[in-house]
Amino acid sequence: MTTEPTQLQPFVESFDPARSGLPGADLGWLKALRKTGIERFEALGLPTTKLEGWKYTRLKPLEDTRYQPITDKDGMAALDTVPSLLPDPGGRPRLVFVNGWMRPNFWIDGDLPDGVHLECLADALKTQPDWIRERLVALAGEDASSLVQLNTAMMDTGFMLRVEEGVRVETPIEIIFVGGLTDRPVAYSPRNLIVLEQGAEATVVKHHAGMGVGAYFANSVTDIDIGPGAQLRHYKVQAEAKEATHIDTVRVRVARDATYESFSLSMGGRLSRNEVVVRLEGEGAHCAINGAYLMRGNEHCDNTTQIDHLVPHTTSREVFKGVLDDESRAVFQGRIVVHKDAQHTDGYQLCKTLLLSTGAEIDVKPELEIYADDVKCSHGATTGQIDERALFYLRSRGIPEALARNLLVQSFLGEALDEIADEDIRAAFTDKVLHWLPAACFLAEEWRGE
Amino acid sequence: MEIKTLNKKAKEKVMLEIKNLHVSVDGNEILKGIDLSVQPGEIHAIMGPNGSGKSTLSHVIAGRDGYEITGGRIVFQGEDLSGMEPEERAAKGIFLAFQYPVEIPGVANTTFMKEALNAIRRYHGEDELDAMQFVKIMRQKTKELGISDDMLKRAVNVGFSGGEKKRNEILQMAILNPTLAVLDETDSGLDIDALKIVAEGVNKMRSPERSILLITHYQRLLDYIVPDKVHVLAHGRIQRTGGKELALELEEKGYAEFGEAAA
Repeated sequence: MTTEPTQLQPFVESFDPARSGLPGADLGWLKALRKTGIERFEALGLPTTKLEGWKYTRLKPLEDTRYQPITDKDGMAALDTVPSLLPDPGGRPRLVFVNGWMRPNFWIDGDLPDGVHLECLADALKTQPDWIRERLVALAGEDASSLVQLNTAMMDTGFMLRVEEGVRVETPIEIIFVGGLTDRPVAYSPRNLIVLEQGAEATVVKHHAGMGVGAYFANSVTDIDIGPGAQLRHYKVQAEAKEATHIDTVRVRVARDATYESFSLSMGGRLSRNEVVVRLEGEGAHCAINGAYLMRGNEHCDNTTQIDHLVPHTTSREVFKGVLDDESRAVFQGRIVVHKDAQHTDGYQLCKTLLLSTGAEIDVKPELEIYADDVKCSHGATTGQIDERALFYLRSRGIPEALARNLLVQSFLGEALDEIADEDIRAAFTDKVLHWLPAACFLAEEWRGE
Repeated sequence: MEIKTLNKKAKEKVMLEIKNLHVSVDGNEILKGIDLSVQPGEIHAIMGPNGSGKSTLSHVIAGRDGYEITGGRIVFQGEDLSGMEPEERAAKGIFLAFQYPVEIPGVANTTFMKEALNAIRRYHGEDELDAMQFVKIMRQKTKELGISDDMLKRAVNVGFSGGEKKRNEILQMAILNPTLAVLDETDSGLDIDALKIVAEGVNKMRSPERSILLITHYQRLLDYIVPDKVHVLAHGRIQRTGGKELALELEEKGYAEFGEAAA
């Protein structure tokens, strides 16, 4: 694999002309933040495969294509239906972005209780600038990766969710990002912020839905702050268009007795990377980072996670399952760091991949770094093919081969999907998986119902 | 003209006709010329020591990949099975009860069986059964076989005891209602109570239209399912054929006579 320097210049050049049109252009502190961002990005350059964390993922689409900033015209692209993951969005709060532009006509307030603030970035910068400032400045960090720096410089879209102390949001909040409806390659940089104050609870479902066939580059950053005793369920479907590049950096802080539970289903895009860093900062903090990736053609999906156990008595759980067909590639890098004082840490990690073709490949790198002496940590990784014995078993009962293969893929993924606690969302994700499978969808209702 | 028709009928009457069957696995010849003829309604036991080719015979009848027929043929109800996919054989009425039933996590037993039965019905151009209709059939069969409903809801064979797995095979057989059932060492790993339950299930399936091939190492199963014929398979060939008394003789003398150590 070559490691030629990647093309940085187009991104840097697009900064100046774009900056006056970006949200919060009149805010001095934000201007400064953006400027520092682009400088740091320029200094760092795009990640190359020489970097340890990027060894198996080359940002080739960013080398080959010159992406342009989005315009309001892109944002107004016609959309016949909103690709909602959840059935009957009537009562559910929903926020829809098309090519990075929030579309007020698709907005649904839903029945959000008092004490819940859901806004797009541009609005939040107007309504609660101090609150946003405090967080963005704190999170800008010199040590952030170059793609986060690029996002800081270019952030042009995104949402803010703040749930005040003790408020429980029963209904899932759905955020939909539609990409691909442009006549040229475009780039956009969503910046999302989710803050749950003490004892708050919420469920956020993100759907990245690609339409059309054009290339685009979505470089998202989501910062999540979960206060003491609060609980966030964070679900995501990445179903970007065929030529899309999807980078999603998620940084999570979990306070005492708080829980972060996520499931990330990746099933599209030419290149996608989910980078999740979770810091368990208070005793009793727990996180579950789960996911599944279904790739075919020449798609490439990278799941890179890091969980930092910083204090005693924290727990983490991680279950990823992947199905790779054709010439697709996947990467799983799962790092668990148990810091010196983090006694009685309980960590579990599992990554299993099913290869449906001889051309598909997976690179798995589990890493445990343990600096405490009284901890329980385990990890496992397997890669295999369809079990021929099981296939024969099903066929010997009269089930045709194509359906039998689907059933075995479903059976394989079931273990990961079972990690989704919310029933409606598990059903919606299961549906997405079934629709990914080749040929007839098998046993849809029953399988889902079990 | 009339004679020809009669011949044809006579030919069709044979449930399973195996002629000079040679089968290789990874280039090693396992079956070296098997001849076997099973009439409708008959139960045949194939007995033999480990490594004699018993399981190969059962798998090759069901159409498992990786078994190369290098000579001879298998004819089922007048039709040559060579090149036929396993699912098509199943649809035509062949059932294999596995020695080691496979676990399929995340798929309920009921779902699996309903889909299997409906796949076979589709093959014959029959309407698929809906959930209600299927449950009715399933309930009836489980009642007959003394199987608890709990086993139906669980994922296929996952966490089943050895006995439950074998009973599940018999239940599948009862639901799919095959014309030829091949039971591959269904008795292995069963205690005597489980063995009786399984045998009872098989005996209930006995009918003039159905044939059963019992593949076993031990005579003990034949105390409960009495065969019409017993064949001794060793070194890839049928060495002897006799009535049910042959099984008792084997129980006494072992397979030493056929060049194998006593079991």
